[in-house]
Amino acid sequence: MTAIEARGLRKSYGAVEAVRGVDISIDAGETVALLGPNGAGKSTTIDMLLGLARPDGGEASVFGGSPTAAVDAGWVGAMLQTGALIRDLSVRELVAMVASLYPSPLAVEHVLELTGIAELADQRTQKLSGGETQRARFAVAIVANPKLLVLDEPTVAMDVEGRRSFWATMRTLASEGRTILFATHYLEEADAYADRAILMAHGRVVADGPTNEIKARVGTRTIKATLPGADLAALRELPGVSSAERRGEAVVLSCADSDAAIRALLREEPDARDIEIVAAGLEEAFVELTADRPAAPGEPVALGGLA
Amino acid sequence: MSGLLYTRFELTRVLRNRRFFILSLGFPLVLFFLIAGPNRNVSDLAKSGISAPLYFMVGMAAFGTMSAMLSSGARIAAERAVGWNRQLRISPLSTRSYLRAKVLTAYLMALLSLAVLYISGASLGVSMSASRWMAMTAMILVCLVPFAALGIAIGHLLTPDSIGPALGGGVALLATLGGTWSPLPAHGFLHDVGQLLPSYWLVQASHVAIGGHPMGAEGWAVIAGWTAVLAAVAQRAYRRDTGRV
Repeated sequence: MTAIEARGLRKSYGAVEAVRGVDISIDAGETVALLGPNGAGKSTTIDMLLGLARPDGGEASVFGGSPTAAVDAGWVGAMLQTGALIRDLSVRELVAMVASLYPSPLAVEHVLELTGIAELADQRTQKLSGGETQRARFAVAIVANPKLLVLDEPTVAMDVEGRRSFWATMRTLASEGRTILFATHYLEEADAYADRAILMAHGRVVADGPTNEIKARVGTRTIKATLPGADLAALRELPGVSSAERRGEAVVLSCADSDAAIRALLREEPDARDIEIVAAGLEEAFVELTADRPAAPGEPVALGGLA
Repeated sequence: MSGLLYTRFELTRVLRNRRFFILSLGFPLVLFFLIAGPNRNVSDLAKSGISAPLYFMVGMAAFGTMSAMLSSGARIAAERAVGWNRQLRISPLSTRSYLRAKVLTAYLMALLSLAVLYISGASLGVSMSASRWMAMTAMILVCLVPFAALGIAIGHLLTPDSIGPALGGGVALLATLGGTWSPLPAHGFLHDVGQLLPSYWLVQASHVAIGGHPMGAEGWAVIAGWTAVLAAVAQRAYRRDTGRV
């Protein structure tokens, strides 16, 4: 069964095209990471999948119906990116209040235990720290007992311990057969907790595939060196180098094996100086993924084909 | 899913927000004592046949309840500011249940404001038959309906930082043009404007029980008209209000 099906989603805010033709298909029971840098269009896509934003073009369906119908049926629980809690309720009351809106919620005490806020249950929501607030928001999302759980950058503001227990709970929820879609800009989170990652950049899906393939693709290092008049074609042939480009007097080598590449570079080009080796961030990975072949709207780049 | 528990918690929240609570109830109260206190022994204010404490108590009741109803806008704006409105949108809470909860909390504030002012009036010597108290209260509560809708509408249309001045200025304007503090001139521009405002008829309605003229068809028509328009605006504003603030 398909949990989420989106075809050609587009959304602009004024002159800004936030989402430019996104296709996403997620089966029931899958855990999928929506990965991308800030401004990639993740939150806007999520807003459309939840019925909070109306697409300018394209269509989204959730469990075969409109997003609004799925929401009204109580099938969806979500933790939105921006958001705090309303004040003047205890944590327990807040979770109970939200539970009362759903047809078959989880038990409030169970959810408080699950999200690690049982000892905060009698505190007023306005007294919580940032991390505690995030946990309470997580509780609000899962008390719905949702078939589809959507989380937009859920671990922002959580401390290490908070993250660990958060992901432990997520594993439990996933093992219960729920469909989970979470947005993140941490590759490690996608790798550790999702079966599959959808990479977004500049409002488009630039790659979609199993997380281990994504990791192999993104987990590269970059060597930057000043080397006037470098022969890019020759550099690309060096062992460990997957691509090379010129930036002014410098060259930037994306490497599958940076150790081999740096040895080869110094052997072949002894004049190279100002050398830096950095782990490629997602930002670089996206640039690379999109630079090789501009992805047309609705035409994600197959990962295997790129590597 | 009737939203009853939601309503109950909303009422709880209003009562727990002490600063909000004390300020919204306290302001009309202080104003009442400041104006009516020095005139407490005037038994026939400006030949109206009404004692000063009663006259000002009724005026302040219109002002206090009006502010109380509109203050729901400030609460809604605050909820939107923290993204709670969007959280509710991804729950099965129906528009109807949501609006009902907001209207009921606004009425709770209005009733508390009335109670406080009645007690204060009585402390300055206001006394009426029970039926008059009841009739006055009923008239006020009915004529507050458009203000319930207005509060919700502005809560969803204005930003949290603009709602403060909007409420302060709006209430003062509605109160003044409605003749809350002092009677409007019997004819002329202010009179004509007043006739079209729900606040004017709110004041008239509260005067009925204390010997004012019965409210004619015109008054009910103005109240009903504003109710219809503002309820439509409020509902539309809520439905469209799903974006990030």
